[in-house]
Amino acid sequence: MARTTRKPARRKQGSATHARRPRAATRVVVLVATRKGAWLYHGDASRRTWRVDGPHFLGHIVNHVVLDPRDGRTLLAAAKTGHLGPTVFRSTDLGRTWKEAARPPAFPKVPEGEKGRAVDHTFWLTPGHASEPGAWYAGTSPQGLFRSVDGGVTWEPLPGLNDDPRYRTWMGTVQDGTPDGPKLHSIIVDPRDPAHLYLGMSGGGVHESVDAGRSWAPIVKGMEVVEGFDPATVTFHDPHCVRLCPTNPDRLYQQNHCGIYRLDRPSSEWVRIGRSMPKRIGDIGFPMVVHPRDPETAWVFPMDGTSVWPRTSPGGVPAAYVTRNGGRSWRRLDGGFPERQAWWTVKRQAMTADARDPVGLYLGTTGGELWASRDEGRRWACMARHLPEIYAVETAEVR
Amino acid sequence: MRVLIPSPLRSYTGEREVEATGATIAELLADLERRYPGLRFRMIDEQDRMRPHIRFFVDGEQVFDLARPLRPGESVQIVQALSGG
Repeated sequence: MARTTRKPARRKQGSATHARRPRAATRVVVLVATRKGAWLYHGDASRRTWRVDGPHFLGHIVNHVVLDPRDGRTLLAAAKTGHLGPTVFRSTDLGRTWKEAARPPAFPKVPEGEKGRAVDHTFWLTPGHASEPGAWYAGTSPQGLFRSVDGGVTWEPLPGLNDDPRYRTWMGTVQDGTPDGPKLHSIIVDPRDPAHLYLGMSGGGVHESVDAGRSWAPIVKGMEVVEGFDPATVTFHDPHCVRLCPTNPDRLYQQNHCGIYRLDRPSSEWVRIGRSMPKRIGDIGFPMVVHPRDPETAWVFPMDGTSVWPRTSPGGVPAAYVTRNGGRSWRRLDGGFPERQAWWTVKRQAMTADARDPVGLYLGTTGGELWASRDEGRRWACMARHLPEIYAVETAEVR
Repeated sequence: MRVLIPSPLRSYTGEREVEATGATIAELLADLERRYPGLRFRMIDEQDRMRPHIRFFVDGEQVFDLARPLRPGESVQIVQALSGG
């Protein structure tokens, strides 16, 4: 197990003989959201030891904690409890203090006698474009898209999606969603264009907007659906996680309920690259991770999607898989993981990468373990265990 | 009017019992929101429905209607329903 410490790492004093002040070193912080609270793990320069900071919001169901890369200090956390309604907490000092949003994501009130929607929980948070400081997007359950322009203090629904009759149909009802409610997730902002957005709906497909969310169009061609259903019907599509390659924003990868896919724009047809996964493993899973610099490299974490959908590691033997050639072939990465009787899996937000070289990978399990690899998945070590069920893992570089 | 606050909401009030005013439950909740911003939305959703595990009692009698009138001298108990996991 990687060593964790509760004491802040002592910083080396800068040398007074340096004529020019060196650029402050950054370090990786891993943001862990769980069914019972949130934890922050602050890494040292080599990512070998981690200082644990938490729990934050002990007892809250925390679906996502995300750091604003535009200022490196602001954290947003999507939370609720078993009894209390959903909210968003904000910290502008990297989690030392938190303040609640003044107006969390909420659907508009409908006239008396009509049945209105109410946000059960905010599921996904995405910082806006680098040119739009303070802009954030949120995806909720039941499915809704919300935007903040003041750093997450107040949130407004985006009616172009939330109230579009086609989208209301494609979103379906609570019965059509995942076991703990339908999710709007994978909100992606094109780094070249703040008006160009993607998102995923479970269920309800992958969608694109080129006008900052005022209007949307589905991109589901090539994606498969559960046997016996018509793939032309948008509502049957269930993307689990969609990621855009930072250094090639025309390439997206997707882990779907029915396979692993790649999309190279301007094409609007997904290619099922999971066909090249080993047959005994299959290409079902939740998370999808892309390399920060190499668009040919991506990671998945397969789960058992057979029979009654156990949603566990296949055969009780966990492993990540990596492609280094855009999905033409995959290699198993299980060094350090349990070799038998390990029946956990990894949820869609619970696997991520840092931006270091070599890339660090991090994943949180349904069994409350946090695992990390400092060498792009070749060797894994357990960073923490005995946490509550992990819902999301994100990384950030902080000074 | 005396209002009993359940433990999950005491991070807002800091106290087990607070004072608030209102001629109805809805008005009382509006007054609580003014005093403790954010508290109401944790109990009442955006369609003005009580959240599934939050219950309101007036002098020990459960109420289901936010328009329920409140009379001077009554006390309100907000409780979290028994549920877990």
